[in-house]
Amino acid sequence: MTTQTALNRRTFLASAAAVSGGFSLGFGVPFGGAAAQTADVPEVNAWVVVKADDTVVIRIARSEMGQGTLTGLAQLVAEELECDWSKVTTEYPTPGQNLARGRVWKNYSTGGSRGIRESHDYVRQGGAAAREMLVQAAAKEWNVPAAECSAANSVITHKGSGKTTTYGKVAAAAAKIEPPKEVKLKDPKDWKIAGKGLKRLDTKDKLTGAQIYGIDLKLPGMLVATIRDTPVNGGKLKSFDAAKVEKMPGVKKVVQVENAVAVVANTFWQARTAINALPAEWDAGAGGKVSSDDITAMLAEGLTAENAFIGNRAGDAKSAIAGAVKKVEATYSYPYQHHVTMEPMNCTALWTADKCEIWGPTQNGEAALAAAAEASGHPVAKCDVHKTLLGGGFGRRGRSDYVRQAVLIAKQMPGTPIKLVWSREEDMTHCAYHPVTQCKLTAGLDASGKVVGMHMRISGQSILASLNPQGLQNGMDPVTFQGLNPGGAEGQFGYEIPNLLIDHAMRNPHVLAGFWRGVNLNHNAIYVECFIDEMAKAAGQDPLEFRLKMGKERHMAVLKAVAEKAGYGKAPAGHFHGLAQIMGFGSYVAACAEVSVSDQGQLKIHKIVAGTNCGHAVNPAQIERQIAGSFVYGLTAALYGEVTVKDGAIEQTNFDTYNMMRIDEMPKVECVIMPTNDFWGGVGEPTIAVAAPAVLNAIFAATGKRVRSLPVMNHDLRKA
Amino acid sequence: MVAITINGKVYNTNADPRTPLLWVLRDDLGLTGTKYGCGVAQCGACTVHIDGVANRSCQVPLNSVGRRKVTTIEGLAENGKMNKVQEAWLAQDVPQCGYCQSGMIMAATALLKTTPKPTDEDIDAAMTNICRCGTYQQIRAAIHEAAKG
Repeated sequence: MTTQTALNRRTFLASAAAVSGGFSLGFGVPFGGAAAQTADVPEVNAWVVVKADDTVVIRIARSEMGQGTLTGLAQLVAEELECDWSKVTTEYPTPGQNLARGRVWKNYSTGGSRGIRESHDYVRQGGAAAREMLVQAAAKEWNVPAAECSAANSVITHKGSGKTTTYGKVAAAAAKIEPPKEVKLKDPKDWKIAGKGLKRLDTKDKLTGAQIYGIDLKLPGMLVATIRDTPVNGGKLKSFDAAKVEKMPGVKKVVQVENAVAVVANTFWQARTAINALPAEWDAGAGGKVSSDDITAMLAEGLTAENAFIGNRAGDAKSAIAGAVKKVEATYSYPYQHHVTMEPMNCTALWTADKCEIWGPTQNGEAALAAAAEASGHPVAKCDVHKTLLGGGFGRRGRSDYVRQAVLIAKQMPGTPIKLVWSREEDMTHCAYHPVTQCKLTAGLDASGKVVGMHMRISGQSILASLNPQGLQNGMDPVTFQGLNPGGAEGQFGYEIPNLLIDHAMRNPHVLAGFWRGVNLNHNAIYVECFIDEMAKAAGQDPLEFRLKMGKERHMAVLKAVAEKAGYGKAPAGHFHGLAQIMGFGSYVAACAEVSVSDQGQLKIHKIVAGTNCGHAVNPAQIERQIAGSFVYGLTAALYGEVTVKDGAIEQTNFDTYNMMRIDEMPKVECVIMPTNDFWGGVGEPTIAVAAPAVLNAIFAATGKRVRSLPVMNHDLRKA
Repeated sequence: MVAITINGKVYNTNADPRTPLLWVLRDDLGLTGTKYGCGVAQCGACTVHIDGVANRSCQVPLNSVGRRKVTTIEGLAENGKMNKVQEAWLAQDVPQCGYCQSGMIMAATALLKTTPKPTDEDIDAAMTNICRCGTYQQIRAAIHEAAKG
């Protein structure tokens, strides 16, 4: 009855490749060759394949999850390639192919807003090298010097004779040309494709239902699994009674997966119905005794603890504060939060005695490959990962926990493709959450209101300790200090304070913490930027003027730009402005929020003006969309985001207990994109961090109430 | 065996009659454009039309559909031509990850049927679907554009 199961393997491959191109290496095809979309055409080089009809296929190693990196990277390759943009398509080479070819496509990891800023050089070189090879092939055919030939819009022209040919006609010959040893990249001021606000390459299928996400995959003979893992991180599966559900409609098998239990059935609904009926018990372990209040107390102790890791120190902050004319002190906190990708976690795996393949959404193809290999028991060379478009990532899909589970289930059903799909409830309660932290800030001002010393003590969870302990440096988590570093290109502290101490008392509850879009910059920006406002108030100065007196130049340039565009200080009657700025993921960002608060305490966020200096702006239209989206993400977190813990388990299970901003609450977002074209900064994350502090500062301006903990929904905003 | 009419075509399915329409569409009939986001009628990713009215298909048991006509995202285009909402979505370059967009387009198409010239307030009231990438600003612009066309 279903049309898809009737398809034979060959038809499936052809249609799947036509739909997505992404997993075109496909079911049952051996490893190591070129991807199927381009299998019949020799590549010019690893990045570029040109077909006879002049279609250019650009290979993209990073994952696309909505952020637009696929289009941006293709623009950079196409810019140097000098090809016809209207004929550009893309495909993902598999991580297995990357490994087999000596990592020719380098890093697949897609996080930390690094997709473009850490691969722009080698992808442009790939495009430039391919262009030179195509030109040389034409020159050779015409028996003229390559230097007399030029390329534009996929057409090669010989200046002397006026002869022309197209990339498609010489592509096969170009594939045999020795690659150039060195290529010269264009000056960005000469860009024609990069730097332009072009439309995305991957839109149309998203409008018709044709786009295949991992959760939509259907392989011949495939079964669907769903899973229930230990409710408390660290807990052990004690028992389950498979016999109670094995005879339910469609159920094929009930399997244990480490400390989880899974049901495999014909359809998701059958698997879901059975797993909900499955009796299972876990031993919660030590974590089962922990609730949110315990975590709050654990972190509070760290605020005044003797020992802490130092992230930034100048002068002697404690003495300067002790001797100051005026002292300001405040304590802030930030809760656990969930990523909530719209597409729940899923992965499809096929395990046989000699190999293992997986299909699915991952932000880190190579980590997924390693996870699949480890779980399968096969060597990495006998495994591969076919990436699908992600229905949201936000850092969640950098982990491969769901990949491991899918392989461990498939291993118990050799030869049968298994699509593991998590329910939203499983997804909400089994995550590595935005880390929980508290922060105590103390500052001393002199008689003129100048900050003479500041101590910022962060107490709370380390993401590296949770997910990647080998990344710690002598026990310290350097990522904790995002946006607070003394210098460097990634995220320096934005203010000149003569006596400064920023330190971290690491306190790690049993709940897993993970990379959540914006990572540690989110709470660090709230702590610094709200406290700056508190200091300005104590000094009796305007928050903008106060910042400009001690802010570093590039930080303040973006702040001034948003203040100017927003008409800072001239808000409409009853509306109030709040500011924030920070540097993170290599970019300088700032925001001015305009809010009102009714007599009943109802908050309305009217408008956000957001600025970014991301160095080079590869696609300003997509940057604007990322920035507008950042405010939905950041403001949802600020207004509603709080995951709580009871008896070790996560209490929120779905959107009815974990609210999301809808269109009716979306403020108008205006962007100031002000690239200085002298560095490469990230875009996907940094602006999120200024969303909450700008709004919290505006709430203070409106009400005189200082909100020092998220989410805002827990606070009464009626005027004091 | 239950018969249902989807996008003008009659399908016979062996699915349990209590199965939510969402899962019949996705797992039994292979119409995967309709998405699972929450299963509790909160997010709207599973929005379809039943006799032209937007419904969250995760809450519609198969046996409640009867003879009513179901339209999914796959059925919006006519003779291969996208409808004006889809065209406006393309013109405004709306989707980011795109996962919620089937439901958004179905909700917007239903809105324009009852309210051909929606105000911002109409859009706020009708478009209660969740987008995590944050495409709301482009969605609003696209609905206004579709209303003009």
